[in-house]
Amino acid sequence: MKKLVMIGNGMAGVRTIEEILKTAPEQFDITIFGQEPYPNYNRIKLSNILQGDTNFEEIIINPLEWYKENQIQLFTGEAVVKIDVEAKRVISDQGREVDYDELIIATGSNSFILPIPGADKIGVTGFRDIKDCEMMIKSAAQYKKAVVIGGGLLGLEAARGLLNLGMKVDVVHLMPNLMERQLDPIASHMLKNELEAQGMNFLMEKETVEILGDERVTGLRFKDGSEVDADLVVMAIGIKSNKEVAKNCGIYVNRGIVVNDFMETSVPHVYAVGECAEHREMVYGLVAPLYEQGKVLANRISGLVGEPYQGSITGTQLKVAGIDLFSAGEIFEDGSTKSIMVYNEYDGIYKRVLTRNNLIVGIVQYGDTKESTKLFRMLTKKEDISGTAIFQTECGTGDSNDVAAMPNDELVCGCNGITKGAIVEAIQTQGLTTLDQVSHCTNAGRSCGRCKPMVSQILKYTLGDQFDAATAQKTSICGCTTVSREELVEEIKAKGLTSVKEVMNVLEWNNEEGCTKCRPAINYYLGMIHMDEYKDDRDSRLVNEKMHANIQKDGTYSVVPRMYGGITTAADLKKIAEVAEKFNVPLVKLTGGQRIGLFGVKKEDLPGMWEELDMPSGYAYGKTLRTVKTCVGAQFCRYGTQDSMALGIELEKKFERLDTPHKVKMGVSACPRNCSEAGIKDIGFVGIDGGWEIYVAGNGGVDLRPADLLCTVKTQSEVMEMTGAYMQYYRETANYLERTSKWVERLGLKHVQEVLADHETRKALNERMDKTLKKYIEPWNEAIQSEEIQDKYYVKHTIMAGSETK
Amino acid sequence: MIKTLTRIPVANYSNLKARAGYSIKMDDKEIALFKISNGNVYALENRSPHPKGGVLSEGLVSGEFVYCPVFDWKISLIDGKVQAPDDGQVTTFQVEIHEDIVFIVL
Ligand code: SRM
Ligand SMILES: Cc1cc2nc3c(=O)[nH]c(=O)nc-3n(C[C@H](O)[C@H](O)[C@H](O)COP(=O)(O)OP(=O)(O)OC[C@H]3O[C@@H](n4cnc5c(N)ncnc54)[C@H](O)[C@@H]3O)c2cc1C
Ligand code: SF4
Ligand code: FES
Repeated sequence: MKKLVMIGNGMAGVRTIEEILKTAPEQFDITIFGQEPYPNYNRIKLSNILQGDTNFEEIIINPLEWYKENQIQLFTGEAVVKIDVEAKRVISDQGREVDYDELIIATGSNSFILPIPGADKIGVTGFRDIKDCEMMIKSAAQYKKAVVIGGGLLGLEAARGLLNLGMKVDVVHLMPNLMERQLDPIASHMLKNELEAQGMNFLMEKETVEILGDERVTGLRFKDGSEVDADLVVMAIGIKSNKEVAKNCGIYVNRGIVVNDFMETSVPHVYAVGECAEHREMVYGLVAPLYEQGKVLANRISGLVGEPYQGSITGTQLKVAGIDLFSAGEIFEDGSTKSIMVYNEYDGIYKRVLTRNNLIVGIVQYGDTKESTKLFRMLTKKEDISGTAIFQTECGTGDSNDVAAMPNDELVCGCNGITKGAIVEAIQTQGLTTLDQVSHCTNAGRSCGRCKPMVSQILKYTLGDQFDAATAQKTSICGCTTVSREELVEEIKAKGLTSVKEVMNVLEWNNEEGCTKCRPAINYYLGMIHMDEYKDDRDSRLVNEKMHANIQKDGTYSVVPRMYGGITTAADLKKIAEVAEKFNVPLVKLTGGQRIGLFGVKKEDLPGMWEELDMPSGYAYGKTLRTVKTCVGAQFCRYGTQDSMALGIELEKKFERLDTPHKVKMGVSACPRNCSEAGIKDIGFVGIDGGWEIYVAGNGGVDLRPADLLCTVKTQSEVMEMTGAYMQYYRETANYLERTSKWVERLGLKHVQEVLADHETRKALNERMDKTLKKYIEPWNEAIQSEEIQDKYYVKHTIMAGSETK
Repeated sequence: MIKTLTRIPVANYSNLKARAGYSIKMDDKEIALFKISNGNVYALENRSPHPKGGVLSEGLVSGEFVYCPVFDWKISLIDGKVQAPDDGQVTTFQVEIHEDIVFIVL
């Protein structure tokens, strides 16, 4: 077999390998060197990670198993430092030497760092890889003020991420307009206004000349002499091809490694692809053209006669929530161009198409980019526009009609160059029914993900009557299985599965003992379905629920006893004080949930403390009812119309310990002044003259959301009945780890109201709820009683070393 | 060079429950001991290599891996390697079992 070596384990390179595996399977013995310590991941999504929409695990494109399955030898965390083009051999920084017959250089690029004094200080970074991203996330946890240099795509995405991480952010830009290479001044202004409204601060037309600080950065100085403070500086002013290895070994380089139309460098059997390659004096920094290059190169290396690469026109989007923009081609008028424009300042929509000789040569769209794929096709295909309407009229056509009218060669996934025709064909010939499958077979949606809604539409249109919305959106519980939540629940019921292990066995989990995502979820669903018959699998719970205490950064725990409705007594306070003193508790704090927390407790002290406290667990760690906050209400307050404390206590006593998909918090106020903040609770109750208003789906956490009024009832027993039914419906239909706010948004408030309006349904839900509630026992007391539990979970064995020597 | 190996008895094999982690303090070291479903026993330093640390003994055990309970890193019990996309390695200790006694070799 011929030996194929690749330097660089990034997006363009690994895509090329994927193409080679398709066109010439088993023709090569493949070795890949990657400087980063990871398998190939989706660099594009680093922006989404920073903005908090996804995590590192989810952006892996090719997991290590993929390399294994395809028998690719992968060396991660290892850089190639030398290519011996005579001997056809590469040498790594660890001294490893590997021979090649064909060599691909896919080393990407590095962030361009301004060559100014202070650029090497701690706290200055580019925005290129996981390491940079982690550094920013870490800085955000410790520091307050960030400055991003560069008001282009990358800079703005970084700035948005840092805002989401809670930092104050200044964006410094050299030019008078943001993204001036992609947007005209009007669009650029609209963008700036929107970003300012989101909290970004802009310092325009400023040239940074020095980074200030001792070891760590403290600020920046500009050419005009002014300065700003900064704890973190992100340079996002451009990228620079990573061409050093090639250059040092005699391969011809210019801005990048120069290649011809078949991605061949100046040295035989050595190719370059991706951001490190320069083709017809262009270096591309978006994946779409790089993937095209990959295809051409794959054909070349596999010995197939393929099309040459002739360069690409690229379209740009910005991945910032609340902003919809698209730009491609030329932006500025010259004497020979004519513009077609729509400018609706009121709705924040601006579109401009630049034409020359009846052809589209440039597109800028802001606020509404629905037509961007169509226009981009017309631009790339050089379609004559005379006699066609460029912008659609207001009267919207239905979505599926749009899909029907879309020509087969229209590009749907810009990143991967996938047309509608290719998607339809894959669906029809391979019997695909889910979005996941379409992505997998065609690559559509595998990069920035922006095209996924359109791919869904095409799936729906192609399958017609066979389309099943539920399956199409199907996402599996975790990487251990392809089973979705709905299927899991169905299967547990249909096959009568009764344990976590049995579920994983019967449903053929590919990882015998599951992971931290699926095991807690399965355990929850089993408990929900089998109500009082299920024996909880404590070892499938994560640490907090397993230990009945919340783990802290140093491995100690917190103890938060119940204080029903936030009401306590002098005797209980004394007891808490004594226990805190006796066990040397480092922190005694009033929590945000109207009770007292004891923080920094050693695990081996937990059972002892619980015993002395002799109070039930407050479950401050559980996916269950946390607290019911109350206001003082009619018993004391001059405005109070209802006994809020009594209702709060009744609710907390009834629903405590109940397993729920995510934590549930409640608040009870006795009048609309709402001193218990019932409007941001999962369920909130507000007393009014002659009754109670029940609010649902509030959230005071990450995605702040005011609650919606579910209904108004007259008596306290009606409150209990409605709450029981609502909670049970949530338990039965929510995904594990879905807060009520997200759940209601997914199902629709109206739907939930309709379900709960029916008396019989409510009755049945409450019966299942009551049956479930019977099974719970107080966990702290259980631990005190059981030596087995104590030994397994709470003992720290101390052993004197040196007992036996050999 | 003569190397002294110390074998320290730390537990009775039959007392260990599968898929549970035990924390053992020895001198200045804290060791996490795990028995997995196939009966094998592993010993690692009881600390995740994540910059913010975290103990391992309370983590969820799946096959030959433990998940760090604080930041959910997946760590091999066999060689202590942190699985991608995270990176790092935990010190592992050799375990020997003789007549129901579990020894850690230092
Ligand atoms: C102790 C407390 C802070 C305090 O000092 O007051 C606290 C502490 C923690 N909160 Fe909280 N939250 C506390 C009230 C809140 C509140 C306020 C409230 O309940 O009125 C909120 C916003 C309200 C809400 O949830 O809608 C809150 C929103 C969160 C969130 C974000 C939830 C969300 O859906 O957005 C998390 C993260 C999570 O659950 O995934 C969280 C997670 C945590 C964890 C459990 C983080 C962890 O996994 O280790 C913290 C445990 C600390 C420890 O060492 O025990 N905590 N947390 C409060 C305990 C209240 C209690 O007595 O039970
Ligand atoms: C935050 C961010 C957001 C982005 N958003 C978008 C977007 O929305 N749309 C879009 O199309 N593109 C986007 N991009 C650009 C896109 O990610 C890149 O164009 C693409 O990753 C380039 O692929 P590549 O394989 O050429 O380089 P890379 O993916 O960078 O891969 C090169 C790899 O080679 C390794 N390497 C370098 N030298 C050596 C050596 N000597 N030995 C071994 N390994 C080496 C590097 O460590 C790197 O892992 C974004 C980029 C970033 C950073
Ligand atoms: S919510 Fe109303 S009743 Fe309760 S304390 Fe405030 S004002 Fe008084
Ligand atoms: S357009 Fe980016 S993944 Fe399809």
